[in-house]
Amino acid sequence: MSLQVTDLRVYYRTLAGDVKALDGVTFGVADGEIMGLAGESGCGKSTLGNSLVRIDGRMKYVAGRVVLDGVELPIADSDEMDHFRYHEISIIPQYAMSALNPTRKIGKMVAELVESRRTPFREVRDELARRLDLVGLTPDVLDRYPIELSGGMKQRMVMVISTLLNPSLLIADEITSALDVSSQKAVAQTLLEFRERKFVGSMIVVTHDVSILYQIADTLTVMYAGKLAEKAATDVIMERPRHPYTHLLISSLPEIGIRFAEKRLSGIPGAPPSLLNPPAGCRFRDRCPLAFAKCAEEPPWVEIEPGHSAACWKAS
Amino acid sequence: MLTLDRVNKSYRVGLFGGTELRAVRDVSFDIGAGEVVSLIGESGSGKTTIGKMILRLLVVNGGSIAVDGVDIAGLAGAELRAYYRRVQGVFQDPFSSCNPIFKVDHLFSVVRGVYFGGLSEADWRRKLAASLGTVNLEPGQVLHKYPHQLSGGQVQRLLIARALLLDTQFLVADEIISMLDASTRIDVLNLLGDLKARGLGILFITHDLSLGNYISDRTVILRRGRVVEMGATPKVFGNPLHPYTRMLIASVPLLHRKWDEARPAAGDGAAAERCVYHEMYPRTAPARGDGEAPPLLAAVGDDHSVACSRADEEGGC
Repeated sequence: MSLQVTDLRVYYRTLAGDVKALDGVTFGVADGEIMGLAGESGCGKSTLGNSLVRIDGRMKYVAGRVVLDGVELPIADSDEMDHFRYHEISIIPQYAMSALNPTRKIGKMVAELVESRRTPFREVRDELARRLDLVGLTPDVLDRYPIELSGGMKQRMVMVISTLLNPSLLIADEITSALDVSSQKAVAQTLLEFRERKFVGSMIVVTHDVSILYQIADTLTVMYAGKLAEKAATDVIMERPRHPYTHLLISSLPEIGIRFAEKRLSGIPGAPPSLLNPPAGCRFRDRCPLAFAKCAEEPPWVEIEPGHSAACWKAS
Repeated sequence: MLTLDRVNKSYRVGLFGGTELRAVRDVSFDIGAGEVVSLIGESGSGKTTIGKMILRLLVVNGGSIAVDGVDIAGLAGAELRAYYRRVQGVFQDPFSSCNPIFKVDHLFSVVRGVYFGGLSEADWRRKLAASLGTVNLEPGQVLHKYPHQLSGGQVQRLLIARALLLDTQFLVADEIISMLDASTRIDVLNLLGDLKARGLGILFITHDLSLGNYISDRTVILRRGRVVEMGATPKVFGNPLHPYTRMLIASVPLLHRKWDEARPAAGDGAAAERCVYHEMYPRTAPARGDGEAPPLLAAVGDDHSVACSRADEEGGC
């Protein structure tokens, strides 16, 4: 098992109190696995990705363990994490298109970045050129400023930079959301190619777009209101989801071939609860068509069949 | 009937505006009452520019936009106000359409000030409640709140309600659901479907092909400011003829079929291979401006037109 996260809790400090963005999350990612992480905005999916890399000043580590390749990550200690960042665990940030320093030529920026990680730039220069070629960029992009690149080119550039030191775990946060459909496909397939060539070990791909995850992810994890709702192999989640939220989410997605006049899709009524004071028991209870008395107790995260876990009283 | 006839728009860009960027070129289509037309294109294809020109937020450089035969370019004063009674727009980011320091009822009181000055308080409240009712909102639950206290879907529905306060006949919906969550976006989309049934004509601007396919009666595919293919939605999606349209449709991530799995050929294979455009216009298209030139966008079937992908600036093939 490459990554094992146990009961991770990370809150945001606000004047009104702690926002429980990540409230007890347990999962594992196998070696070479691409784990898709889906959910609505504000469900904590980006917080999960970020807290594995850097817990910033607004966030507060509360509890939980993270073990990567047998080594426990000191995620609460930002300085200690420095030894792991970029070498062992790397992130392609959300809005990667604005992640490049606009005042530096890209080559210079990469050199500074790599050297700040105690790796001489000349050691990686050839590999960098090879990988740029792989994603369809010419080496002369290194002499250009970020503004001279299109959105899709910047996204691919950031992907190459993030994976340059062959991290064991890569977190890709909403990397396709700002792109056109044709660039989306290219970027998603680049992720697969990177895994094939062993540039990265395993990946957590965070996005709200379930259909992209269906294309590339091995397993799919659905989050709701700071907790995991369900995790299983992608095909299993799509064909027989056990958590009612997963089921409703998937059936609300329009797809080419489905037309309003012929088949009317429906959304999920209501809104997710506030994470400032989340309700006791199942957090999806208020919107759930299957809710019954027992849902006032919190459903445990249990494995209902091998490789398929869910937190729902009706599923177990 | 809202009609666009060979509409052009160019922007001046670069140092001292020395370069001309042609954002929209010779775009013609129309929207009838109770019809949803989706305008699909990638970023920079000019779809938002078209929406803004219809709303008179941008000036047309060439061609004309007319509503029931009246060109909108010359409207001013009371006539323009009357135009906005009939044509309204809703935009992508619901929160940036609201002033965050006012409660959301401010959105409506501005409209009241301009259009319903003579209405009594009770009549106004009734009208407001009716309008909010059409978008499935309870006035008591939303009007006294600030924008940040509402969800994106709620604010977006409020903005649609504001657009419907007037005697709106056409709605320009520019990426209205791209910022909404999966569980609520379909409700806003269904709302558009219900409004259409009441006779509202909707221009649904989107980059998401599956949403366009779900809601629209007709589809216009835009590439670099030019229409490459348009027609009835089932025809454009079921039998795409232009290579660009096919590429777009093939790139859309589907839920039940992977990219690398072979897709069934669109339409019958033979028809997809031969170039319909050149069967109808066998000679290469001469430069535009020539009165004899075949149209860039040629009808290839009942309510289905496609532009030649090779006939570029030079008109060569």
